[in-house]
Amino acid sequence: MRLLIAALLLISGSAFGQIKVAYVGEISGQLAPSGGNFRDGVILAVEEINARGGMLKQKLDLTLYDTQTNPGVARAQMQKALDSEPYVIFGPVLSGNVKVTLELVKQAEVPQFIGGEAADLVTLGNPYMFRTSFGQQIGMPKIANYIRDEIKAKSIALIWVNNDFGKAGRDQLLRVLKERNIRLAADVSTEPGQVDFAADVVKLKSANADAVFVYSNEEECARIMREARKQGLKGPFVGDTTLLSQKTIELAAEAANGVVGHVGLTVDAPIPEVKAFGERFQKRFKYKPDHNGLKGYTAVYAMKYVTEKKLGKLDRKAFAKTMHGLTISPKEEPGILMETSWNEVGEIDRISFLAEVANGQQRIAKVLPKLGK
Amino acid sequence: MWQTSQTINFAQGEFVMLPAFFILIGTGTFGLPFWLAAILGGVATLVLLGLAFKKMMVDPMIRHGVLPLVVATIGLAILMKEAVREFYGADAWPFPALWATTDVTVFGAVFAIQSLLILAVCIVVVGALQFFLAGTLTGRCMQATAQNPAVARLLGIRVERMILYTFLINGALVWIAALLVTPIYLAKFSNGEILGLYAFIAAIIGGFNQVRGAVLGGLLLGVIDNFCAVYISSSYRMAIPLLILIVVILVRPQGLLGRVEERTV
Repeated sequence: MRLLIAALLLISGSAFGQIKVAYVGEISGQLAPSGGNFRDGVILAVEEINARGGMLKQKLDLTLYDTQTNPGVARAQMQKALDSEPYVIFGPVLSGNVKVTLELVKQAEVPQFIGGEAADLVTLGNPYMFRTSFGQQIGMPKIANYIRDEIKAKSIALIWVNNDFGKAGRDQLLRVLKERNIRLAADVSTEPGQVDFAADVVKLKSANADAVFVYSNEEECARIMREARKQGLKGPFVGDTTLLSQKTIELAAEAANGVVGHVGLTVDAPIPEVKAFGERFQKRFKYKPDHNGLKGYTAVYAMKYVTEKKLGKLDRKAFAKTMHGLTISPKEEPGILMETSWNEVGEIDRISFLAEVANGQQRIAKVLPKLGK
Repeated sequence: MWQTSQTINFAQGEFVMLPAFFILIGTGTFGLPFWLAAILGGVATLVLLGLAFKKMMVDPMIRHGVLPLVVATIGLAILMKEAVREFYGADAWPFPALWATTDVTVFGAVFAIQSLLILAVCIVVVGALQFFLAGTLTGRCMQATAQNPAVARLLGIRVERMILYTFLINGALVWIAALLVTPIYLAKFSNGEILGLYAFIAAIIGGFNQVRGAVLGGLLLGVIDNFCAVYISSSYRMAIPLLILIVVILVRPQGLLGRVEERTV
């Protein structure tokens, strides 16, 4: 009998010896630069973990599902991923895709590390959902303080992308600007995937605001900056992580110089572990990661830490329960790179940075502490 | 192309997208200087999007009528787009500008040097094309082919060769368009969608059978699009050109500068 069981275990070794995890995200379509970075961060972490013997001595078996930045496809791909019963799901990065797949993930009770940053995502009632970067309600007050205290702007011209991410960010920004008596001089809505921003920049110019706030996805941010330079709009330009991301800087070239803002995560952070990650990533994928690479990478290590150090077994429900109120430090799990906490709704907290772009490089001007400290 | 070979190319937007990637492959993969990559990209464009397109797709399809060719070019557009995405990725890529991206101020108005030079190149290219078609023997032969291929053949014009010239000229034009547009739009597999759509609308508004009409349609569309975005709403910017298109089709189906074409049935 023992021999039979041993033989069965041997035959089905691959099933017993591997833990299925899935990345469901934007590998193609408008948000491919962000989703691709997130995916590569996940791949790097999975490869590292597998090279060291896996998680709970089992290899991670990662499957990639492409949402094509399309909500309809995202739902189908998420269902496909859930049908394979993964232990944890990483992604999507697009907030809209997180929303349309939310109920599926919630019903399946599979822990999920999302890349979406729309403010309302963690309030939608999925106890299995955890952020990998700040929601806008965390980032925007920090930027607003920066606009008031450092730039000393009394008015702002805002250009934003009209999708879940942009709309939620705009609403949060307007709220925090109002609280700080900063006037909104222009409110320019743009479309996802838009390529011609000539008319929008004309509107920004005619607003004569003290500063211009750019809130869009990386490619659109780069195109806005290029057009602004073309039309001689001087700024100063302020934004969040996407405006200062490596991809935006690369695409906007010299037009990105002078941009300032708040970044939740950056590979240029003055932290040795983060810099070492950046070097490993660049060696593996031949390009410099942006914040999404860090999000994907740290999410996999958060999964590993909770599963090995807190649970010692594969238990999705216990996993989600443990994540709420958890803090992981790099001492406990080096792959987390920076001390990170999740609150009772899955919102994340860690240090963040004020940055500027100079000579085509992002430079960290100031490190901002965790909100919980 | 419509005039000489009755070809409607729904992959025209992708034809503008692809040369940029030929050039990026030259600079990125083979480490060539930009000018050399641009020239080789131009040669590749002429061969693949001019000669090969005509020989491998248009010639076998056109004998079945215009509609099968239209459907085939739609398929070609999808194939080109997905091939670029597969082999070069879905990201946008920076593309070097041919000129400095500085601007000049004239009476308080800021003009981008890049925009002014693009306009200048367009005027020169369209002028040269007009001169070639109207002022040279080959150009007049091409026009004769366009008006009536059967009679042109009777008059000793090498109709097939004239049609080939058209496709090669189209290849050269999309290469120039790629060099001018990509530094602004960035190189991306999906660029052809918006370029193709606007080009098609512009050609219908201006007149499908007139080069000048297409240019006028393009200018009109660009100006109206931007005025709408500034003074009405950027959310409706795509709707306004389509409304104009509907009005033109209803009121002046041949386009603003187009000729009425009659057919005996």
